Amino acid sequence: MSGLAFIIAGMLAAATPFLLAALGELVAERSGVLNLGIEGMMAFGAVVAFIIVHRQGGHVAGFLLAGVAGMALALVFAWLALSLRANQVAAGLAIAILGDGLSALFGKTYESTTVTGLPKIALPGLADLPVVGGLFRQDPIVWLTLLATLGIWYALRFTKLGLVIRAVGENPGAARAIGYPVLAIRYGAVAFGGLMAGFAGAYASTVYTPLWAEGMIAGRGWIALALVVFATWMTGRVFFGAVLFGAVSLAGLAAQASGVSLNSQFLASLPYIVTIVVLGIISSNKRLLKINGVASLGEPFGP
Amino acid sequence: MTPMPFRLRLIRRDGASRRAALLAPLAALLAAGLVNFLLYIAMGKDPAAVFYAMLVEPFVSWSSFSEVLLKMTPLLLIAEGLAVGFRAKVINIGAEGQFILGAIFAASIPVWFPQATGGWIWPLMLLLGGMGGALWATVPAFWRVRLNASEILVTLMMSLIAAQLLNYLLVGPWKDPMGFNFPQSVMFQNDAILPTLIPGTRVNVALILAFVWAGLIYLYMQKSFQGYQLLVGGLAPHATAYAGFSEGRAVWLSLLIGGFAAGLAGAAEVAGPLGQLQRSVSSGYGYTAIIVAYLGGLHPIGIIFSSLLIAALNIGGDNAMVSADLPKAAVEVFQGSLLVFYLAAITLVRFRIRWRPPQEVRA
Repeated sequence: MSGLAFIIAGMLAAATPFLLAALGELVAERSGVLNLGIEGMMAFGAVVAFIIVHRQGGHVAGFLLAGVAGMALALVFAWLALSLRANQVAAGLAIAILGDGLSALFGKTYESTTVTGLPKIALPGLADLPVVGGLFRQDPIVWLTLLATLGIWYALRFTKLGLVIRAVGENPGAARAIGYPVLAIRYGAVAFGGLMAGFAGAYASTVYTPLWAEGMIAGRGWIALALVVFATWMTGRVFFGAVLFGAVSLAGLAAQASGVSLNSQFLASLPYIVTIVVLGIISSNKRLLKINGVASLGEPFGP
Repeated sequence: MTPMPFRLRLIRRDGASRRAALLAPLAALLAAGLVNFLLYIAMGKDPAAVFYAMLVEPFVSWSSFSEVLLKMTPLLLIAEGLAVGFRAKVINIGAEGQFILGAIFAASIPVWFPQATGGWIWPLMLLLGGMGGALWATVPAFWRVRLNASEILVTLMMSLIAAQLLNYLLVGPWKDPMGFNFPQSVMFQNDAILPTLIPGTRVNVALILAFVWAGLIYLYMQKSFQGYQLLVGGLAPHATAYAGFSEGRAVWLSLLIGGFAAGLAGAAEVAGPLGQLQRSVSSGYGYTAIIVAYLGGLHPIGIIFSSLLIAALNIGGDNAMVSADLPKAAVEVFQGSLLVFYLAAITLVRFRIRWRPPQEVRA
C-alpha cells in the first residue's frame, strides 16, 4: 500500500477520538461553558470500556458505560462550575486530574492486556476503488461518528434546541428573560460533552488501539479542546480539523514506513507541535475569533 | 415564567471571613478522605491499614517525616511560582514540562563534564535549571501575548513535547553507556549533588531554597507594587488596562516566574534525591503543584501548608502501596477529589446558602 493510500484509509479512524471529544465540547462551549476536563473524562471512559470489553461484556455495553462514566465526571464539573459557580478553569483541571487518576487506578490490573477491536464495514463498490478505496472501509464507530457529526451540525444550525443552546451561550441573561432555564440547558450541554468524551475514550482503548496502557489518551483530550478553537466553534471545521490531525498523525508513520528516517520521539511530538502552530495562526486572527466566538464562554451565570 | 427547579439560593457575601477561608481546606480534606476511604473499602482494602499508612505513618518517625520534607520541596517551589500566574489569571498548567527542562538543563553539566569538580557546580546547575524552565515558558508567553493563543493549551502541549525530548535524550545521546541500556544518564559526580541539610536523611539545601523562594514570593505578591498590579490585573482586567498596566507584561512575568520555579525544582530533583537524569524524573510534580497552589488559596503562606499536606499524602500513599497493597494511582484520585471538594468548599465559604421559601419562587 502506498503512503498516500495508507493515510487516506486510516485518517478517519485516527480522527475519530478527536472528533467525538471535540464535538461534545463544541456543544458545551456553544452553551457558554468551558470544560477543560475532557482529557480526564476520556481517560475514565477509556478504562471503563476496556474493562467491560475485556470481561466479554461486548462493545455496545462498553461504549454505553464509558459514556455514562464520562457523563458522571461532567456532572461533577457542572455541579462545581454551574451550581456553585466555582472557577471553571480550576474545576475543569480538577476533573482532568481526577479522571486520569481513576483511569490509572482501575486500569492497573489490565496493564498491557489486549481486547479484540471491531470488524470493518465496507461500502460496496466504493471500497474497491484504487488509492481512495480504504476511505470506504471503516469500523462501525467511524460511520456512526460521521452520522453524529452531521446530526450535531444540523441540530445546532437548524433546530430549535440548537438555537436555544446558542442563545444561552451568546446571552444567558436574555435567554432567561424569555423563559429558558439557562442552568438546566447548560447542565445538559455539559453532560452531552461528557458522554461524547466517554465514547471518544472507549473508541481509543477498545477499537483504535485495543490495548491498555496507562496514560494512553496521551493528550488527545487537550488537542480536542484546541480543535474547538481551531474550528472557531463551527461543526464543519471541527470535522476537517480532526481529519487533518488524523492525517498528520499517520503521515509520520507513512514517511517512516517508506524509508524516511524520522526520530520516533519527534513523531510522537508532531501532533502537539502542529497544535501549537495552528493555535497560534488561528488565534492571532482576533476578528475571526470575535465573530464566531461564544460571547459568554467561561463566565458563571446565576440568579 | 416557569419557576426555577432549584429551591436553594446562593447569596454572595461581601467578603469571605478569614476563619471560613481557613476552614474550607480542612472541610475538603475531611470530605475527600471520607469518599476515598469508602472507595478503598469497596476495593477490598483494609481501611484501618490504609488510614494508618496514609495519615499517621508519615509523621511517626523522623525518617519518614524527612521524606515528606523532601517531597515538599519541589511542590512548594513550583506551586509558589504557579500561584503568581493563577492570581493574575495566567493559567500555566505546563509546570511539568518546565520542570523537565530544568532537569535537562541542570543535567547538562554532569553529563557533558563528568570529571568537573568544584563547589560552583551545583549552584550553577540550579541556575541553569531555572533558566531552562523559564525558557520553555517563553513559548506560551509569546504565543499568548503576540498571537493571542490560550496559554492553557500551549503550556500543556509544551509539557507533552518536553516528555518526548527527555525520552529522546535518554534513549539517545545522553544514555549512560554503562547503564545496561536503561533509559537514564550517568550518575552525577559528587560535586553535582546538592549538600545534605540534615545528616542521615535525604533532605538537602533545596528545602531552604524553597522557603526562601516562598518568602520572596510573599514579599513580591503582598508588598510590591508590581505584585499588586498582577493581582489587580487578574481581578479586574479592564480596570487595570484603563490604569495603564500592561496585560502583556503580566503574562510574561507570570510565565517566566512559574517556569523559573518549576525549572529550579527540576534541577533540584536531579541534583538531589535522584543523582541522575531519569525518565520518571518528574513523577507528576508539575500537575500536583496545581492542586497545591489552589489548595493553599493561591496565597504564599497557605501554599507552605498545602505543600506539606500534599507531600505527606504522597509519602502516605507510598506507604499504603507497600503495607495495604493500594495502587499508586489512588493518591492521584485522592488529590483530584480533594481539589473538587476544595472548590466546592471555597464557594460555600464565599456564598451563604439560603433555602428559598416556595412563595418567593414565583416572585
